[in-house]
Amino acid sequence: MTDRLIELRGITKSYGNVFALGGVSLHVDRGEVVGLLGDNGAGKSTLIKILAGAVRPTGGTILARGAPVTGWSPARSRESGIETVFQDRALAVQQTIVRNIFMGREIAGPLGFLDVARERAEAERLMREIGFTSRVFTPDSIVGQLSGGERQGVAIARAIYNRADLIILDEPTTALSLTETEKVFRFVRAVRASGRSILFIGHNIHHVFDIAERFVVLDRGRVALEATKAEVGTADRLIAFMEHVAHPVGPNPLGPPTEGAAA
Amino acid sequence: MSATTPQAAPGRRPGARFVSDNRAWLGTLGVFAVMMAAFLAAAPGVFTQWPTYGAVLVTLPVALFLVVPLVFVVVVGEIDLSFPATMGFSALVFAALVQAGAAPILAMLAAVATGMLVGLGVGAIVVYAGLSSLVATLGLNFLIRGLIMILTDGRSISLPTIGQSWTYAVFSSSLWGIPVQVFWALLFVALSVVVFNRHRFGARVKAVGDNPDSALQMGIDVNRVRVMTFVFMGLGAAFAGVFSTMINFTWWPTAGDGYMLPTLAAVFVGGTPTWGGVGTVLGGAIGALIVSFIQTGIVAAGLSGFYVQFFNGLIIILSLLGHRWNQVRYR
Repeated sequence: MTDRLIELRGITKSYGNVFALGGVSLHVDRGEVVGLLGDNGAGKSTLIKILAGAVRPTGGTILARGAPVTGWSPARSRESGIETVFQDRALAVQQTIVRNIFMGREIAGPLGFLDVARERAEAERLMREIGFTSRVFTPDSIVGQLSGGERQGVAIARAIYNRADLIILDEPTTALSLTETEKVFRFVRAVRASGRSILFIGHNIHHVFDIAERFVVLDRGRVALEATKAEVGTADRLIAFMEHVAHPVGPNPLGPPTEGAAA
Repeated sequence: MSATTPQAAPGRRPGARFVSDNRAWLGTLGVFAVMMAAFLAAAPGVFTQWPTYGAVLVTLPVALFLVVPLVFVVVVGEIDLSFPATMGFSALVFAALVQAGAAPILAMLAAVATGMLVGLGVGAIVVYAGLSSLVATLGLNFLIRGLIMILTDGRSISLPTIGQSWTYAVFSSSLWGIPVQVFWALLFVALSVVVFNRHRFGARVKAVGDNPDSALQMGIDVNRVRVMTFVFMGLGAAFAGVFSTMINFTWWPTAGDGYMLPTLAAVFVGGTPTWGGVGTVLGGAIGALIVSFIQTGIVAAGLSGFYVQFFNGLIIILSLLGHRWNQVRYR
Protein backbone atom coordinates (compact mmCIF):
# COMPACT_ATOMS: atom_id res chain seq x y z
CA MET A 1 0.00 0.00 0.00
CA THR A 2 2.76 2.49 -0.77
CA ASP A 3 0.39 4.46 -2.95
CA ARG A 4 -1.90 5.27 -0.05
CA LEU A 5 -0.78 8.67 1.23
CA ILE A 6 -3.23 9.06 4.05
CA GLU A 7 -6.08 7.06 5.42
CA LEU A 8 -8.63 7.87 8.09
CA ARG A 9 -10.47 4.96 9.69
CA GLY A 10 -13.62 5.53 11.69
CA ILE A 11 -12.66 9.04 12.76
CA THR A 12 -14.97 10.58 15.31
CA LYS A 13 -14.92 14.06 16.77
CA SER A 14 -17.27 15.31 19.42
CA TYR A 15 -17.49 18.64 21.16
CA GLY A 16 -19.16 17.75 24.45
CA ASN A 17 -22.34 15.95 23.47
CA VAL A 18 -22.28 17.21 19.91
CA PHE A 19 -20.83 14.89 17.29
CA ALA A 20 -19.10 16.82 14.49
CA LEU A 21 -17.86 13.59 12.91
CA GLY A 22 -19.43 10.25 13.62
CA GLY A 23 -17.03 7.70 12.19
CA VAL A 24 -15.59 8.94 8.92
CA SER A 25 -13.32 6.82 6.76
CA LEU A 26 -11.47 8.44 3.92
CA HIS A 27 -8.30 7.85 1.99
CA VAL A 28 -6.24 9.67 -0.61
CA ASP A 29 -3.84 7.83 -2.91
CA ARG A 30 -0.84 9.14 -4.77
CA GLY A 31 -1.62 11.21 -7.86
CA GLU A 32 -5.35 11.55 -7.47
CA VAL A 33 -7.73 14.45 -7.04
CA VAL A 34 -10.43 13.73 -4.49
CA GLY A 35 -13.41 16.03 -4.20
CA LEU A 36 -14.88 16.53 -0.73
CA LEU A 37 -18.46 17.75 -0.77
CA GLY A 38 -21.09 18.47 1.79
CA ASP A 39 -23.44 21.11 3.02
CA ASN A 40 -22.56 23.63 5.73
CA GLY A 41 -22.26 21.76 8.99
CA ALA A 42 -21.61 18.43 7.29
CA GLY A 43 -18.22 18.22 9.00
CA LYS A 44 -15.94 19.25 6.12
CA SER A 45 -13.99 21.85 8.03
CA THR A 46 -13.59 19.60 11.08
CA LEU A 47 -12.27 16.88 8.80
CA ILE A 48 -9.81 19.28 7.16
CA LYS A 49 -8.59 20.52 10.52
CA ILE A 50 -8.05 16.93 11.64
CA LEU A 51 -6.06 16.19 8.50
CA ALA A 52 -4.01 19.35 9.08
CA GLY A 53 -3.37 18.28 12.66
CA ALA A 54 -5.00 21.40 14.08
CA VAL A 55 -7.81 19.40 15.70
CA ARG A 56 -7.38 16.07 17.47
CA PRO A 57 -9.96 13.43 16.68
CA THR A 58 -11.90 11.92 19.56
CA GLY A 59 -11.59 8.42 18.15
CA GLY A 60 -10.46 6.46 15.12
CA THR A 61 -7.14 5.76 13.44
CA ILE A 62 -4.97 7.82 11.12
CA LEU A 63 -2.58 5.96 8.84
CA ALA A 64 0.17 7.83 7.02
CA ARG A 65 1.56 5.77 4.13
CA GLY A 66 -0.05 2.69 5.55
CA ALA A 67 1.38 3.00 9.06
CA PRO A 68 -0.77 4.07 12.01
CA VAL A 69 0.41 7.30 13.59
CA THR A 70 0.20 8.39 17.19
CA GLY A 71 0.49 11.93 18.50
CA TRP A 72 -1.00 13.48 15.40
CA SER A 73 -0.21 17.22 15.29
CA PRO A 74 0.32 20.02 12.74
CA ALA A 75 4.00 19.09 12.63
CA ARG A 76 3.27 15.37 12.08
CA SER A 77 0.76 16.29 9.41
CA ARG A 78 3.38 18.28 7.53
CA GLU A 79 6.00 15.55 8.03
CA SER A 80 3.53 13.18 6.42
CA GLY A 81 3.52 15.44 3.37
CA ILE A 82 0.17 17.13 3.93
CA GLU A 83 -0.23 20.84 3.42
CA THR A 84 -3.50 22.63 3.87
CA VAL A 85 -4.35 25.84 2.07
CA PHE A 86 -6.98 27.52 4.19
CA GLN A 87 -9.25 29.88 2.37
CA ASP A 88 -8.32 33.58 2.83
CA ARG A 89 -5.88 32.85 5.64
CA ALA A 90 -3.02 31.29 3.75
CA LEU A 91 -1.02 34.23 2.47
CA ALA A 92 0.66 37.40 3.70
CA VAL A 93 -0.86 39.74 1.17
CA GLN A 94 1.45 42.71 1.61
CA GLN A 95 4.51 40.58 0.81
CA THR A 96 5.89 39.41 -2.52
CA ILE A 97 5.21 36.03 -4.11
CA VAL A 98 8.78 35.00 -3.27
CA ARG A 99 8.41 35.90 0.39
CA ASN A 100 5.17 33.94 0.62
CA ILE A 101 6.59 30.83 -1.03
CA PHE A 102 9.58 30.76 1.30
CA MET A 103 7.77 31.92 4.43
CA GLY A 104 9.28 30.05 7.36
CA ARG A 105 11.67 28.15 5.03
CA GLU A 106 13.83 30.91 3.63
CA ILE A 107 16.83 30.02 1.51
CA ALA A 108 19.58 31.67 3.53
CA GLY A 109 23.29 31.46 4.23
CA PRO A 110 24.82 30.34 7.51
CA LEU A 111 24.32 33.80 9.06
CA GLY A 112 20.70 33.94 8.03
CA PHE A 113 21.13 36.36 5.15
CA LEU A 114 18.75 35.55 2.32
CA ASP A 115 20.03 34.11 -0.93
CA VAL A 116 17.70 36.29 -2.96
CA ALA A 117 18.90 35.09 -6.36
CA ARG A 118 18.39 31.42 -5.50
CA GLU A 119 14.98 32.11 -3.99
CA ARG A 120 13.91 33.94 -7.11
CA ALA A 121 15.14 31.19 -9.43
CA GLU A 122 13.49 28.51 -7.30
CA ALA A 123 10.23 30.49 -7.22
CA GLU A 124 10.25 30.77 -11.02
CA ARG A 125 10.87 27.05 -11.33
CA LEU A 126 8.01 26.19 -8.97
CA MET A 127 5.65 28.61 -10.70
CA ARG A 128 6.52 27.16 -14.11
CA GLU A 129 5.97 23.66 -12.79
CA ILE A 130 2.32 24.35 -12.05
CA GLY A 131 1.77 26.60 -15.05
CA PHE A 132 1.59 29.69 -12.88
CA THR A 133 3.20 32.23 -15.17
CA SER A 134 2.12 35.53 -16.58
CA ARG A 135 3.40 38.65 -18.25
CA VAL A 136 1.59 40.75 -15.69
CA PHE A 137 3.41 39.63 -12.57
CA THR A 138 6.80 38.34 -11.47
CA PRO A 139 7.97 36.52 -8.35
CA ASP A 140 8.57 40.00 -6.91
CA SER A 141 4.95 41.08 -7.29
CA ILE A 142 2.93 41.78 -4.17
CA VAL A 143 0.40 39.01 -3.50
CA GLY A 144 -2.33 41.55 -2.72
CA GLN A 145 -2.19 42.67 -6.35
CA LEU A 146 -2.96 39.18 -7.64
CA SER A 147 -6.38 37.78 -8.47
CA GLY A 148 -8.04 35.13 -6.33
CA GLY A 149 -7.02 32.27 -8.63
CA GLU A 150 -3.45 33.49 -8.80
CA ARG A 151 -3.28 33.60 -5.01
CA GLN A 152 -4.20 29.91 -4.97
CA GLY A 153 -1.25 29.44 -7.31
CA VAL A 154 1.08 31.06 -4.79
CA ALA A 155 -0.21 28.80 -2.01
CA ILE A 156 0.12 25.70 -4.21
CA ALA A 157 3.66 26.64 -5.28
CA ARG A 158 4.54 27.04 -1.63
CA ALA A 159 3.05 23.66 -0.78
CA ILE A 160 5.16 22.02 -3.47
CA TYR A 161 8.28 23.77 -2.20
CA ASN A 162 7.45 22.39 1.24
CA ARG A 163 7.50 18.89 -0.30
CA ALA A 164 3.81 18.28 0.10
CA ASP A 165 2.46 15.09 -1.45
CA LEU A 166 -1.11 15.94 -0.59
CA ILE A 167 -2.38 19.48 -0.89
CA ILE A 168 -5.72 20.19 0.74
CA LEU A 169 -7.48 23.10 -0.92
CA ASP A 170 -10.27 24.54 1.22
CA GLU A 171 -12.88 26.16 -1.02
CA PRO A 172 -10.26 27.36 -3.51
CA THR A 173 -12.78 28.49 -6.12
CA THR A 174 -15.40 30.03 -3.87
CA ALA A 175 -16.09 33.59 -5.00
CA LEU A 176 -13.92 33.18 -8.09
CA SER A 177 -14.97 33.99 -11.63
CA LEU A 178 -15.00 31.35 -14.37
CA THR A 179 -11.61 32.32 -15.76
CA GLU A 180 -10.12 32.44 -12.28
CA THR A 181 -11.56 29.01 -11.49
CA GLU A 182 -10.03 27.72 -14.71
CA LYS A 183 -6.64 28.99 -13.50
CA VAL A 184 -6.99 27.05 -10.26
CA PHE A 185 -7.97 23.93 -12.24
CA ARG A 186 -4.86 24.33 -14.37
CA PHE A 187 -2.68 24.38 -11.24
CA VAL A 188 -4.51 21.34 -9.83
CA ARG A 189 -4.01 19.35 -13.05
CA ALA A 190 -0.32 20.25 -13.07
CA VAL A 191 0.02 19.11 -9.48
CA ARG A 192 -1.64 15.77 -10.30
CA ALA A 193 0.52 15.35 -13.40
CA SER A 194 3.57 15.64 -11.13
CA GLY A 195 2.34 12.64 -9.11
CA ARG A 196 1.04 14.63 -6.15
CA SER A 197 -2.48 14.54 -4.81
CA ILE A 198 -5.16 17.09 -4.11
CA LEU A 199 -8.10 17.01 -1.74
CA PHE A 200 -10.44 19.59 -3.23
CA ILE A 201 -13.15 20.98 -0.98
CA GLY A 202 -15.89 22.99 -2.57
CA HIS A 203 -19.41 24.27 -2.41
CA ASN A 204 -19.86 24.41 -6.14
CA ILE A 205 -20.58 20.86 -7.23
CA HIS A 206 -19.86 21.65 -10.88
CA HIS A 207 -16.38 22.84 -9.96
CA VAL A 208 -15.64 19.80 -7.85
CA PHE A 209 -17.10 17.43 -10.44
CA ASP A 210 -14.96 18.92 -13.20
CA ILE A 211 -11.67 18.60 -11.39
CA ALA A 212 -11.94 15.54 -9.14
CA GLU A 213 -11.93 11.91 -10.16
CA ARG A 214 -13.32 10.53 -6.92
CA PHE A 215 -15.89 12.07 -4.61
CA VAL A 216 -16.65 11.87 -0.93
CA VAL A 217 -19.90 13.42 0.22
CA LEU A 218 -20.25 14.21 3.90
CA ASP A 219 -23.61 14.58 5.55
CA ARG A 220 -24.05 15.42 9.24
CA GLY A 221 -20.68 13.97 10.18
CA ARG A 222 -20.90 10.79 8.13
CA VAL A 223 -19.83 9.71 4.68
CA ALA A 224 -22.99 9.68 2.59
CA LEU A 225 -21.25 8.69 -0.62
CA GLU A 226 -17.88 7.61 -1.85
CA ALA A 227 -17.77 7.06 -5.59
CA THR A 228 -15.56 7.50 -8.61
CA LYS A 229 -16.44 9.82 -11.44
CA ALA A 230 -17.39 6.81 -13.60
CA GLU A 231 -19.78 5.59 -10.95
CA VAL A 232 -21.42 8.98 -10.59
CA GLY A 233 -21.61 9.63 -14.31
CA THR A 234 -22.60 13.27 -14.60
CA ALA A 235 -22.53 16.38 -12.46
CA ASP A 236 -26.31 16.51 -12.60
CA ARG A 237 -26.55 13.07 -11.02
CA LEU A 238 -24.19 14.19 -8.28
CA ILE A 239 -26.29 17.31 -7.69
CA ALA A 240 -29.43 15.20 -7.58
CA PHE A 241 -27.78 12.97 -5.01
CA MET A 242 -26.73 15.95 -2.91
CA GLU A 243 -30.30 17.22 -2.99
CA HIS A 244 -31.51 13.79 -2.03
CA VAL A 245 -29.14 13.81 0.94
CA ALA A 246 -30.47 17.17 2.05
CA HIS A 247 -34.14 16.27 1.44
CA PRO A 248 -34.47 12.50 1.27
CA VAL A 249 -37.73 12.37 -0.67
CA GLY A 250 -38.20 9.74 -3.37
CA PRO A 251 -35.61 7.26 -4.62
CA ASN A 252 -31.87 7.83 -4.33
CA PRO A 253 -30.76 9.07 -7.76
CA LEU A 254 -27.49 7.13 -7.44
CA GLY A 255 -29.16 3.81 -6.72
CA PRO A 256 -29.05 1.93 -3.44
CA PRO A 257 -27.65 3.84 -0.46
CA THR A 258 -23.93 3.41 0.03
CA GLU A 259 -23.62 4.67 3.59
CA GLY A 260 -23.15 1.20 5.02
CA ALA A 261 -20.32 0.32 2.62
CA ALA A 262 -18.48 3.57 3.20
CA ALA A 263 -18.73 3.90 6.94
CA MET B 1 15.34 35.27 -16.62
CA SER B 2 17.43 37.71 -14.67
CA ALA B 3 15.84 40.28 -12.44
CA THR B 4 16.81 43.09 -14.78
CA THR B 5 15.07 41.89 -17.95
CA PRO B 6 12.30 44.19 -19.14
CA GLN B 7 9.92 41.35 -18.30
CA ALA B 8 10.62 42.02 -14.67
CA ALA B 9 8.84 45.36 -14.89
CA PRO B 10 5.89 44.59 -17.11
CA GLY B 11 4.35 47.60 -18.73
CA ARG B 12 6.42 50.03 -16.67
CA ARG B 13 9.81 51.61 -16.92
CA PRO B 14 12.38 50.42 -14.38
CA GLY B 15 12.49 53.94 -12.95
CA ALA B 16 8.76 53.97 -12.35
CA ARG B 17 9.03 50.57 -10.72
CA PHE B 18 11.78 51.83 -8.41
CA VAL B 19 9.63 54.79 -7.38
CA SER B 20 6.63 52.55 -6.81
CA ASP B 21 8.55 49.97 -4.77
CA ASN B 22 10.25 52.63 -2.65
CA ARG B 23 7.49 55.20 -2.46
CA ALA B 24 7.28 55.00 1.33
CA TRP B 25 10.74 56.37 2.05
CA LEU B 26 10.89 58.49 -1.12
CA GLY B 27 7.78 60.27 0.13
CA THR B 28 9.54 60.93 3.43
CA LEU B 29 12.53 62.30 1.54
CA GLY B 30 10.14 64.61 -0.29
CA VAL B 31 8.66 65.83 2.98
CA PHE B 32 12.18 66.47 4.25
CA ALA B 33 13.09 68.48 1.13
CA VAL B 34 9.96 70.61 1.34
CA MET B 35 10.49 71.22 5.03
CA MET B 36 14.14 72.26 4.56
CA ALA B 37 13.13 74.59 1.74
CA ALA B 38 10.57 76.21 4.04
CA PHE B 39 13.16 76.60 6.81
CA LEU B 40 15.68 78.08 4.39
CA ALA B 41 13.10 80.59 3.23
CA ALA B 42 12.00 81.44 6.76
CA ALA B 43 15.46 81.73 8.33
CA PRO B 44 18.14 81.88 5.63
CA GLY B 45 20.60 83.35 8.15
CA VAL B 46 20.39 80.22 10.27
CA PHE B 47 20.07 77.43 7.73
CA THR B 48 23.02 78.44 5.62
CA GLN B 49 25.35 78.13 8.57
CA TRP B 50 27.18 74.97 9.57
CA PRO B 51 26.66 75.15 13.37
CA THR B 52 22.93 74.63 12.83
CA TYR B 53 23.64 71.30 11.16
CA GLY B 54 26.33 70.48 13.69
CA ALA B 55 23.79 70.79 16.49
CA VAL B 56 21.45 68.39 14.72
CA LEU B 57 24.28 65.93 14.12
CA VAL B 58 24.97 65.66 17.85
CA THR B 59 21.45 64.58 18.77
CA LEU B 60 20.47 62.73 15.57
CA PRO B 61 22.46 59.54 16.36
CA VAL B 62 20.61 59.06 19.64
CA ALA B 63 17.30 59.33 17.79
CA LEU B 64 18.43 56.86 15.10
CA PHE B 65 19.20 54.18 17.69
CA LEU B 66 15.59 54.48 18.89
CA VAL B 67 13.72 54.96 15.62
CA VAL B 68 15.21 52.03 13.70
CA PRO B 69 14.31 49.26 16.19
CA LEU B 70 10.88 50.80 16.72
CA VAL B 71 10.24 50.33 12.99
CA PHE B 72 10.78 46.56 13.51
CA VAL B 73 8.38 46.56 16.49
CA VAL B 74 5.67 48.40 14.54
CA VAL B 75 6.10 46.19 11.47
CA VAL B 76 5.70 43.03 13.57
CA GLY B 77 2.35 44.47 14.62
CA GLU B 78 3.17 45.74 18.11
CA ILE B 79 4.20 49.04 19.68
CA ASP B 80 6.74 49.73 22.43
CA LEU B 81 6.26 52.84 24.54
CA SER B 82 8.62 51.62 27.26
CA PHE B 83 11.80 52.50 25.35
CA PRO B 84 12.32 55.90 27.05
CA ALA B 85 12.56 54.22 30.46
CA THR B 86 14.63 51.35 29.07
CA MET B 87 16.99 53.96 27.65
CA GLY B 88 17.21 55.69 31.03
CA PHE B 89 17.69 52.43 32.91
CA SER B 90 20.45 51.12 30.62
CA ALA B 91 22.21 54.47 30.80
CA LEU B 92 21.94 54.33 34.59
CA VAL B 93 23.76 50.99 34.56
CA PHE B 94 26.45 52.56 32.34
CA ALA B 95 26.85 55.68 34.50
CA ALA B 96 26.80 53.84 37.82
CA LEU B 97 29.42 51.35 36.65
CA VAL B 98 31.70 54.08 35.28
CA GLN B 99 31.31 56.05 38.49
CA ALA B 100 32.22 52.92 40.45
CA GLY B 101 35.44 52.71 38.45
CA ALA B 102 34.59 50.15 35.76
CA ALA B 103 36.16 50.47 32.32
CA PRO B 104 33.73 52.48 30.16
CA ILE B 105 33.72 49.85 27.43
CA LEU B 106 32.66 47.18 29.93
CA ALA B 107 30.06 49.52 31.37
CA MET B 108 28.78 50.04 27.83
CA LEU B 109 28.51 46.29 27.21
CA ALA B 110 26.71 45.87 30.54
CA ALA B 111 24.29 48.64 29.57
CA VAL B 112 23.54 46.98 26.23
CA ALA B 113 22.99 43.63 27.97
CA THR B 114 20.68 45.39 30.42
CA GLY B 115 18.69 46.99 27.61
CA MET B 116 18.27 43.66 25.86
CA LEU B 117 17.19 41.96 29.10
CA VAL B 118 14.63 44.69 29.81
CA GLY B 119 13.41 44.38 26.21
CA LEU B 120 13.14 40.62 26.67
CA GLY B 121 11.10 41.12 29.83
CA VAL B 122 8.82 43.72 28.25
CA GLY B 123 8.33 41.59 25.12
CA ALA B 124 7.69 38.40 27.07
CA ILE B 125 5.08 40.06 29.28
CA VAL B 126 3.29 41.61 26.32
CA VAL B 127 3.48 38.67 23.93
CA TYR B 128 3.10 35.59 26.12
CA ALA B 129 0.41 37.11 28.32
CA GLY B 130 -1.34 38.39 25.21
CA LEU B 131 -1.58 41.96 26.50
CA SER B 132 -2.28 45.10 24.52
CA SER B 133 1.23 46.31 23.76
CA LEU B 134 0.02 49.92 23.70
CA VAL B 135 -1.22 49.92 27.28
CA ALA B 136 1.17 47.35 28.74
CA THR B 137 4.36 49.03 27.47
CA LEU B 138 3.09 52.44 28.58
CA GLY B 139 2.55 50.98 32.03
CA LEU B 140 6.00 49.40 31.98
CA ASN B 141 7.48 52.75 30.98
CA PHE B 142 6.11 54.28 34.18
CA LEU B 143 7.11 51.23 36.19
CA ILE B 144 10.73 51.27 35.02
CA ARG B 145 10.98 55.04 35.33
CA GLY B 146 9.64 54.78 38.86
CA LEU B 147 12.22 52.11 39.63
CA ILE B 148 14.96 54.43 38.36
CA MET B 149 13.75 57.18 40.67
CA ILE B 150 13.56 54.81 43.63
CA LEU B 151 17.05 53.45 43.01
CA THR B 152 18.74 56.83 42.52
CA ASP B 153 16.55 58.95 44.76
CA GLY B 154 16.08 61.14 41.71
CA ARG B 155 19.72 62.26 41.69
CA SER B 156 21.80 62.59 38.55
CA ILE B 157 25.24 61.04 38.07
CA SER B 158 27.97 63.15 36.59
CA LEU B 159 30.91 61.57 34.78
CA PRO B 160 33.47 64.39 34.49
CA THR B 161 36.38 62.14 33.51
CA ILE B 162 34.65 60.01 30.88
CA GLY B 163 36.10 62.28 28.19
CA GLN B 164 39.59 60.97 28.92
CA SER B 165 38.77 57.33 28.19
CA TRP B 166 39.48 55.66 24.87
CA THR B 167 35.88 54.47 24.79
CA TYR B 168 34.82 58.11 24.61
CA ALA B 169 37.37 58.75 21.86
CA VAL B 170 36.02 55.86 19.81
CA PHE B 171 32.32 56.51 20.32
CA SER B 172 31.82 60.16 21.15
CA SER B 173 34.65 62.38 19.87
CA SER B 174 34.57 63.97 16.45
CA LEU B 175 36.07 63.10 13.11
CA TRP B 176 36.56 65.68 10.32
CA GLY B 177 34.38 68.04 12.34
CA ILE B 178 31.54 65.54 12.50
CA PRO B 179 30.53 63.89 15.78
CA VAL B 180 31.84 60.34 15.57
CA GLN B 181 28.57 58.89 16.89
CA VAL B 182 27.05 59.89 13.54
CA PHE B 183 29.17 57.22 11.87
CA TRP B 184 28.20 54.58 14.43
CA ALA B 185 24.54 55.46 13.98
CA LEU B 186 24.85 55.29 10.19
CA LEU B 187 26.51 51.88 10.49
CA PHE B 188 23.62 50.79 12.72
CA VAL B 189 21.08 52.07 10.18
CA ALA B 190 22.87 50.34 7.29
CA LEU B 191 23.06 47.00 9.10
CA SER B 192 19.42 47.30 10.09
CA VAL B 193 18.35 48.05 6.51
CA VAL B 194 20.11 44.86 5.39
CA VAL B 195 18.58 42.81 8.21
CA PHE B 196 15.13 44.21 7.45
CA ASN B 197 15.31 43.56 3.71
CA ARG B 198 17.73 40.71 3.21
CA HIS B 199 17.75 38.62 6.38
CA ARG B 200 15.57 35.81 7.65
CA PHE B 201 14.70 37.89 10.73
CA GLY B 202 13.40 40.83 8.69
CA ALA B 203 11.43 38.51 6.42
CA ARG B 204 9.78 36.87 9.43
CA VAL B 205 9.05 40.17 11.15
CA LYS B 206 7.14 41.24 8.05
CA ALA B 207 5.39 37.89 7.66
CA VAL B 208 4.24 37.86 11.30
CA GLY B 209 3.05 41.47 11.12
CA ASP B 210 1.24 40.79 7.87
CA ASN B 211 -0.57 37.54 8.68
CA PRO B 212 0.28 35.81 11.96
CA ASP B 213 -2.05 32.87 11.19
CA SER B 214 -0.22 32.17 7.98
CA ALA B 215 3.21 32.59 9.58
CA LEU B 216 2.24 30.19 12.36
CA GLN B 217 0.97 27.64 9.86
CA MET B 218 4.28 27.88 8.00
CA GLY B 219 6.10 26.86 11.17
CA ILE B 220 7.32 30.31 12.26
CA ASP B 221 7.49 30.76 16.02
CA VAL B 222 5.35 33.87 15.87
CA ASN B 223 5.67 34.83 19.52
CA ARG B 224 9.44 34.41 19.50
CA VAL B 225 9.74 36.77 16.51
CA ARG B 226 7.57 39.32 18.31
CA VAL B 227 9.66 39.13 21.48
CA MET B 228 12.87 39.45 19.43
CA THR B 229 11.72 42.84 18.12
CA PHE B 230 11.34 44.03 21.72
CA VAL B 231 14.85 42.74 22.52
CA PHE B 232 16.15 44.69 19.52
CA MET B 233 14.30 47.76 20.80
CA GLY B 234 16.04 47.31 24.16
CA LEU B 235 19.41 47.09 22.43
CA GLY B 236 18.80 50.30 20.50
CA ALA B 237 17.51 52.08 23.61
CA ALA B 238 20.65 51.06 25.52
CA PHE B 239 22.95 52.45 22.81
CA ALA B 240 20.88 55.63 22.72
CA GLY B 241 21.19 55.95 26.50
CA VAL B 242 24.95 55.41 26.54
CA PHE B 243 25.54 57.84 23.68
CA SER B 244 23.35 60.50 25.23
CA THR B 245 25.14 60.11 28.58
CA MET B 246 28.54 60.44 26.92
CA ILE B 247 27.41 63.55 25.00
CA ASN B 248 26.29 65.23 28.23
CA PHE B 249 28.98 63.84 30.58
CA THR B 250 25.99 63.33 32.87
CA TRP B 251 23.24 60.82 33.47
CA TRP B 252 19.91 62.35 34.39
CA PRO B 253 17.11 60.42 36.04
CA THR B 254 14.82 61.69 33.29
CA ALA B 255 17.15 60.40 30.55
CA GLY B 256 15.09 59.22 27.59
CA ASP B 257 11.82 60.86 28.57
CA GLY B 258 12.07 63.51 25.89
CA TYR B 259 12.42 60.92 23.14
CA MET B 260 8.95 59.38 23.27
CA LEU B 261 7.18 61.83 20.99
CA PRO B 262 9.96 62.57 18.45
CA THR B 263 10.74 58.86 18.05
CA LEU B 264 7.12 57.94 17.36
CA ALA B 265 6.83 60.90 15.00
CA ALA B 266 9.96 59.79 13.13
CA VAL B 267 8.71 56.22 12.64
CA PHE B 268 5.36 57.28 11.22
CA VAL B 269 6.50 60.26 9.17
CA GLY B 270 9.18 57.84 7.94
CA GLY B 271 6.56 55.87 6.06
CA THR B 272 5.86 52.89 8.33
CA PRO B 273 2.10 52.48 8.75
CA THR B 274 0.49 51.35 11.98
CA TRP B 275 -1.12 48.14 10.73
CA GLY B 276 1.96 45.93 10.49
CA GLY B 277 3.56 43.82 7.78
CA VAL B 278 5.18 46.70 5.92
CA GLY B 279 7.56 49.48 6.82
CA THR B 280 10.82 51.11 5.94
CA VAL B 281 13.95 51.42 8.05
CA LEU B 282 15.53 53.92 5.68
CA GLY B 283 12.34 56.01 5.81
CA GLY B 284 12.45 55.90 9.60
CA ALA B 285 16.02 57.21 9.51
CA ILE B 286 14.96 60.08 7.25
CA GLY B 287 12.03 60.63 9.59
CA ALA B 288 14.51 61.02 12.45
CA LEU B 289 16.31 63.65 10.38
CA ILE B 290 13.02 65.51 9.81
CA VAL B 291 12.15 65.47 13.49
CA SER B 292 15.61 66.63 14.49
CA PHE B 293 15.40 69.59 12.14
CA ILE B 294 11.88 70.50 13.27
CA GLN B 295 13.26 71.39 16.67
CA THR B 296 16.09 73.48 15.28
CA GLY B 297 13.99 74.95 12.49
CA ILE B 298 11.11 76.09 14.63
CA VAL B 299 13.34 77.88 17.06
CA ALA B 300 15.41 79.37 14.26
CA ALA B 301 12.28 80.56 12.47
CA GLY B 302 11.50 82.66 15.52
CA LEU B 303 8.71 80.50 16.96
CA SER B 304 8.78 79.50 20.58
CA GLY B 305 9.87 76.04 21.70
CA PHE B 306 6.26 75.20 22.52
CA TYR B 307 5.65 74.74 18.83
CA VAL B 308 7.97 71.73 18.72
CA GLN B 309 5.52 69.51 20.53
CA PHE B 310 2.67 70.85 18.48
CA PHE B 311 4.43 70.10 15.18
CA ASN B 312 5.58 66.65 16.28
CA GLY B 313 2.01 65.77 17.15
CA LEU B 314 0.81 67.28 13.91
CA ILE B 315 3.15 65.26 11.72
CA ILE B 316 2.12 62.03 13.47
CA ILE B 317 -1.51 62.65 12.54
CA LEU B 318 -0.67 63.84 9.03
CA SER B 319 1.52 60.78 8.53
CA LEU B 320 -1.23 58.37 9.56
CA LEU B 321 -3.64 60.13 7.20
CA GLY B 322 -1.00 59.90 4.49
CA HIS B 323 -0.57 56.14 5.04
CA ARG B 324 -4.33 55.61 4.80
CA TRP B 325 -4.52 57.59 1.61
CA ASN B 326 -1.35 56.49 -0.10
CA GLN B 327 -0.53 52.95 0.89
CA VAL B 328 -2.60 50.05 -0.33
CA ARG B 329 -3.92 47.77 2.35
CA TYR B 330 -5.01 44.48 0.91
CA ARG B 331 -7.79 43.22 3.09
